[in-house]
Amino acid sequence: MNFPIEVNNKTILARRGETILEALDRNGIKVPTLCHMPGLNPTGSCRMCVVEVEGKRNLITACSYPVEEWMKIKTHSPRVVNARKTNVELLLSNHPDDCLYCERNGNCELQLFAEQLNVRERRFIGKKNKYKTDPSGSSIVRDPAKCIVCGRCVRTCDEIVGVCTLGFIGRGNQIIIGPSFNKQLNLSSCIACGQCIMACPTGALHEKRHSDDLQQALHHSKTHVVAQYSSTVAISLGEEFNLKPGREINGILNAALRKAGFDKVFDTTFGADLYLVQLTAEFEHRLNEGGRLPLFSSDCPAWIKYIEQWHSEMIPHISTCKSPQQMLGSIINRYYADTYHIKTEDLYTVSAMPCTAKKFEAQREQLTHKGISDVDAVLTTRELAQFIKLNGIELQQNDSELADYPFHVRSSAGKLMSVAGGQTEALIRTLYFRLTGNEMKQPRIAEMRVNKDYKEVKIKMGKHLLGFAAVNSIALAHKLIEEIKAGRDDLHFIEVMVCPGGCINGGGQPIRKAQNALKIRQKSIYELDEKDPISAAHKNPGIIGLYTDFLISPDSSIARELLHTSYKKREVPL
Amino acid sequence: METVLAPAKEIVDYMLHSKYGSTNTTMEDYLSRLRRDKVNRPVIFVGMGTCGIVAGAENTLAAIKNYLNEKNIDAEVVEVGCIGLCAHEPIVDVQLPGKRRLALSRVKAEMVENLLDNILNFEVPNYSVLGQYAHLNQEAWDEVDELGSLPFFRLQHRLVLKNCGVINPTSLEEYLAHGGYGALERVLHNYAPSKVCDIVEESGLRGRGGGGFNTGRKWKIALNTPDDEKYMVCNGDESDPGAFMDRAIVEGDPHRLIEGLAIAAYAINSTKAYIYIRAEYAVAVKRLRHALEQATQAGILGYNIMNSGFNLNIQVSEGAGAFVCGEETALISSIEGKRGMPGPKPPFPAIRGLFGRPTVVNNVETLANIPPIIDNGPDWYAGIGTEKSKGTKVFALAGNITNTGLVEVNMGTTLKTLVYTIGGGIKNGKRLKAIQFGGPSGSCLPEQSLDVSIDYESLAEAGTIMGSGGLVVMDEDTCMVDIVKFFTDFLQKASCGKCIPCREGSRRLHEILENITKRPMNESGHETLERFKGVLQLENLAEVMRDTSLCGLGQTAPNPLLSALKYFREEFEEHIFDRKCRAGVCKDLRMFSIDVEKCTGCTLCARKCPTIAIIGAPRTPHFIIEDKCIGCGICFDVCKFVAVIIK
Repeated sequence: MNFPIEVNNKTILARRGETILEALDRNGIKVPTLCHMPGLNPTGSCRMCVVEVEGKRNLITACSYPVEEWMKIKTHSPRVVNARKTNVELLLSNHPDDCLYCERNGNCELQLFAEQLNVRERRFIGKKNKYKTDPSGSSIVRDPAKCIVCGRCVRTCDEIVGVCTLGFIGRGNQIIIGPSFNKQLNLSSCIACGQCIMACPTGALHEKRHSDDLQQALHHSKTHVVAQYSSTVAISLGEEFNLKPGREINGILNAALRKAGFDKVFDTTFGADLYLVQLTAEFEHRLNEGGRLPLFSSDCPAWIKYIEQWHSEMIPHISTCKSPQQMLGSIINRYYADTYHIKTEDLYTVSAMPCTAKKFEAQREQLTHKGISDVDAVLTTRELAQFIKLNGIELQQNDSELADYPFHVRSSAGKLMSVAGGQTEALIRTLYFRLTGNEMKQPRIAEMRVNKDYKEVKIKMGKHLLGFAAVNSIALAHKLIEEIKAGRDDLHFIEVMVCPGGCINGGGQPIRKAQNALKIRQKSIYELDEKDPISAAHKNPGIIGLYTDFLISPDSSIARELLHTSYKKREVPL
Repeated sequence: METVLAPAKEIVDYMLHSKYGSTNTTMEDYLSRLRRDKVNRPVIFVGMGTCGIVAGAENTLAAIKNYLNEKNIDAEVVEVGCIGLCAHEPIVDVQLPGKRRLALSRVKAEMVENLLDNILNFEVPNYSVLGQYAHLNQEAWDEVDELGSLPFFRLQHRLVLKNCGVINPTSLEEYLAHGGYGALERVLHNYAPSKVCDIVEESGLRGRGGGGFNTGRKWKIALNTPDDEKYMVCNGDESDPGAFMDRAIVEGDPHRLIEGLAIAAYAINSTKAYIYIRAEYAVAVKRLRHALEQATQAGILGYNIMNSGFNLNIQVSEGAGAFVCGEETALISSIEGKRGMPGPKPPFPAIRGLFGRPTVVNNVETLANIPPIIDNGPDWYAGIGTEKSKGTKVFALAGNITNTGLVEVNMGTTLKTLVYTIGGGIKNGKRLKAIQFGGPSGSCLPEQSLDVSIDYESLAEAGTIMGSGGLVVMDEDTCMVDIVKFFTDFLQKASCGKCIPCREGSRRLHEILENITKRPMNESGHETLERFKGVLQLENLAEVMRDTSLCGLGQTAPNPLLSALKYFREEFEEHIFDRKCRAGVCKDLRMFSIDVEKCTGCTLCARKCPTIAIIGAPRTPHFIIEDKCIGCGICFDVCKFVAVIIK
């Protein structure tokens, strides 16, 4: 039901039950927000969205207050603007004031507010809280001094991801946000997904940089530097360079990376295809030999860390396949290096990922070979963009080039891995072929393409009726595990991705560079799937060639040694 | 305790039957003895509220027991709560068979023997006597005032505090004998929940926790919000400095709270109630738990209460020490086991509160008002007080007032009556400077406001709030800047840290005040500039905090400052411009000089001065070099000739 309200002396229509903020948004009136997170209950902690409502003694927050008929609202009266400005100045009075040295310089909401509200003077001068940065985490660096306690990371960690690592500690102006008992990140239950970084308005949370080593390696004459980049990065990187969002730029990215000095540039999607073939083989094996089912996916390192921490009893259900990054890393280290007579110690492998947890994964003990990691440095999409800018490369002025032989061909199935539900879809294509001997007539599975955190589909393949599920949050995965432990047995494969929407929304992606970025990236991947001639991993000629030349079969001992890994229980406080 | 004829359950049964006209003389006799209308051996009452214990009542109690033991006297010793005269603790009452109950003040352990020797021989001691309780059928002591005629009690109207300090708070039977749980019984058997809400609404009772919302109306909102489960919560997280009304009620008369809470729960159709109480109130928590256990055993709580079909379970939830948990949304999240941080309103708890269900949160005093309202009817209650503020209000008198303690007066009583007549005026004959009303969120009223009547409207007009009822009286030796600084410091530490204006604003507010009370010596031009800059921001900052803070804590945090600026502006200006504190409280602003007439030249001050700021030859008057003086005051303290004076 609609009814009128008056905003800044003009009448607009509001809907019953919506908040003032929603009504204003729909009518194109912008009120600044900081702690507001669409879709979650308002907490009203930042007070940025305050408006003046006739008849109310105090200013009220637009994000939490429901509209009332003929309410008279002023969104930018002097009283309101002064209140917002004073609050921003109060935040600044306890902020390190080191924008030029900050990770988020130029992409900081606090900076933006200060600019918009015309803060030009330090009116409140006083004590600032002093905190040390916490560099202990493998992927995420926490800098509490820059934290403005908006609480978005806490709610992301709690309500969206569901691991509840971050929380409020202390009270009054001594309040800080950190892991339980204010422990260091490396001792906490953090799964390194990096969603908190995406939520953070300032530089209080950012990834651990791996790009500094890289510049050294590139300019070292003996070192052979190899790059691999995730298909997701190829789709989202353009946003950092103001290109049309959703445009796949792997061609020019190949050229740009070569210009920057990489000896070879590979596409991790090849690794994804390899992962899919191995995963299918493992699944088939378990299905036929009566192994542990349902099988859980293993390509999301944040999910793996969660399982090791909280559900080590489920480890036998987790696929032993390494993730695409690590599979390609191993193959580069063994097969590629041997073929081209490159000494392992001279080889430096860099991967570019949309993910912060991949930094953690690359350091996993189980994923090293003779103590050397298969992947030496992992860059996030943001770091890659920064690296390209540092090296003075004009991205758009490059002509498209192919990735390097032998890992240059890829299927669109491997690309689908970046979207939630996509892995299941890609797996089904190859699995159907393995189980029935025929290609699927309708390889696009609509059930896996809906925008939900939990998706399920049942498909008949030969004599088997198989259940597939794709889960998109730790909280839901936990629920599903409890159901399985209680005896649920209609599911056979479960894909778990920690980030909402899948890797396209990973913790290493560009932060708020494009509107609706998630939808556009998703659409772009589905479009590629339409166009691509190779739509299933097992049809990738590069993969077929690799098995013929080197791996022999997915069950061979060399494949087992290079492409599979193991997990173990982890102890964390709380 | 006298030999138990009937446990509480039998009294309850008797209560249920006697309303049909059947009386039982044995039972009536027993009840009368519980009321101590008649006693057959001496009864000694010791005030064992927290105030009593702090004043040494435990030692007094031990001395009394020891005395009775040694002399082999058969007497009953009863521990009671606080009667409100905290300044006179430990208070000991003695009731001899046939005689009235005699109250003695400030009874130290060493005084016990002499006092009891006198009284047990029916002699009135010539010291320590406070007064005697009025009673028709007991013989009065000669030449002893009735307690009710003392100025402290004469103008009070004790509805809520009726039993406090009089009955044994650990005895359910005594509470029953004084008519307790009669209101609950009547409500359960005669009224529908909506009728109870009507009665309370008509009575005009308003929330005593500070907000002043009509209690009955709040209940109605919860009652009319459809849900299968509703919760009733009692807010006993009393944390204002100088406030102890709730503590006294829970310590002195816990069953009254339980009765009020049970009636409220019935009125909103709730079968689960919580009492959120400060864990620091150890005695209160203990008595409350004990009382709940007794009530459950007697069938007053639990399943099918008094055969009415109504079930109620009350749980005690102890606070973890956060001031902000007195705010209802923060209190609710604390009970839920979450961090006690306030949330936005609406939705109001009465619509969506504890565990997402309709919840009514009422303060202890509010609930303690319910039984008398039910007993005497809404019209009776509405007849007390002013037009819009009905009933009585309990105040905790603290600070530089003669009779510190707990008083209950009708709404509409003037501040003057409260401070001068009941409170006995200012201690040591000093002048009144200000009255801090309503805790740290309240305001400081000046002497000119003494004629203000105590009711929600008049107080709001005077620029303060009723608050929970803490009233701190300050004399002329108080520095208003210092007081405001104390409250802002309290609030910046009590802030939960959730919203920006409260978290950062309260700190800056405090810093600005710190700066103006800091020592002027060696201040650089930059520092002076900063100090003035801060002062210029003071009012704007206070306004923004009031305008934009999330909960009441932040919204009211600038109240002490704004009110002090209104009434005591010149004192602030002295601090800022003249760098002077007229009360001599702000140590940093003190300057000393030596009276040449009095100085004997003993050199002691010069020897003790840490900065060698005092010069002078022996046996000649000394001088202080002001530039070197850091104002530590050592010279002032050590001078034997009172020659050092504060400028």
